[in-house]
Amino acid sequence: MTTTSDRQITTVVSDFLDAQKDAIVAQWAGSSFFRSVAQDSDQAAGDSAEVLRGVRRAIAAGQADNPGADGFNDLRSLLTALASQLDGNEGVSARTAVEVSELKQPLLRLWQEQADAELLTPGAVMLVGAVDTLRLVLVESALAAARDTLAIQREQLSELSTPVIKLWDGVLAIPLIGTLDSMRSQVATESLLQAIMTQQAKVAILDITGVPTVDTMVAQHLLKTAMAARLMGAECVISGIRPQIANTMVQLGIDLGEVATRARLADALAYALHRLGLQVGSSPAGPDVR
Amino acid sequence: MAGVPIVSLNGVLLVTIQEELLDQSVAEFEQELTEKVVETRARGVLIDVSVLDIIDSFLARTLHDIAAITSLMAARTVVVGMRPAVAITLVELGLTLPGLETALSVEEGLSLLSPAPGPARTARP
Repeated sequence: MTTTSDRQITTVVSDFLDAQKDAIVAQWAGSSFFRSVAQDSDQAAGDSAEVLRGVRRAIAAGQADNPGADGFNDLRSLLTALASQLDGNEGVSARTAVEVSELKQPLLRLWQEQADAELLTPGAVMLVGAVDTLRLVLVESALAAARDTLAIQREQLSELSTPVIKLWDGVLAIPLIGTLDSMRSQVATESLLQAIMTQQAKVAILDITGVPTVDTMVAQHLLKTAMAARLMGAECVISGIRPQIANTMVQLGIDLGEVATRARLADALAYALHRLGLQVGSSPAGPDVR
Repeated sequence: MAGVPIVSLNGVLLVTIQEELLDQSVAEFEQELTEKVVETRARGVLIDVSVLDIIDSFLARTLHDIAAITSLMAARTVVVGMRPAVAITLVELGLTLPGLETALSVEEGLSLLSPAPGPARTARP
């Protein structure tokens, strides 16, 4: 097949899409894909008209098979929105892909009624290719949206997972839970030092009871946090180092010599209060709540 | 004159570094301060760095040296108010400045330097 006839098919197919626009939109709006995401039939018709416009533009440009074509790029934001409406149910799944495939049938039926015998097959191939590309773009958009959501959630998680708690006047604690990576330990360091400055805390307790493992980098980070706190004029106590972690640290040759460490958070708090010149003890007359 | 005001207050030299200093000024400041310690027979030196966004390795090193020099003259040096970002940067550079006394605020630094109460206090001439 020569390039001339390729161009000819392109023209014929896009003319066909123009001529049959209303019929196609009517069929598509009733298809299960648009019905499942749209709230009413008007919206389904609007969405399918816009999708058809994008597909037609890609076909007219001769790029029915290229997901990066302008026509498909125009559709990305719409498809992302459609995909996010699917989120409430099960998101973009194999079923969605099948539903998009169903868009081919009405197109091909109308094409069959219209086309010359000579152009029938190449035109059908082009239309099927365009819908397949559309499906690819939908999945790509959904994946991109999911990636963005993940990134946002990861950020929120790192903020949520490093709360700085004021245990006493001048005593802060940051209980770390879960696996520490370099980003999380950095966030922890920054929020702890910031809180030391704003609350003028003399002692900060880094509690790692909830941390299952510590690698060299995280251990170094804890050490650096303690050093930075000391430079600011506060003291850092590390509590809750598990036996396995202590073992690892010794084998890695990490020396916490200059940093106070305590076995439990309670011990660290007692140490902190002692550093502030305070003392906690049970009174002989029993519990006395002031 | 390095442009760093040094205030003598009740036996303590109070220094607030108000802007980033050039290396030359830092050296002059060091000299002026140590001379002043002898002159005023100060008990302690309080260096407030809370205004500084940047403390370079030279200034950090000098702060450490001042602490060592003044301790030879029986005066303690306390650096106060270092910002979190500055502290992290110094630690990342490996300048943990062991032996340098630090405090969160001028107030706390002064209470660190206040003479210990009790009968052991020696009379100042």
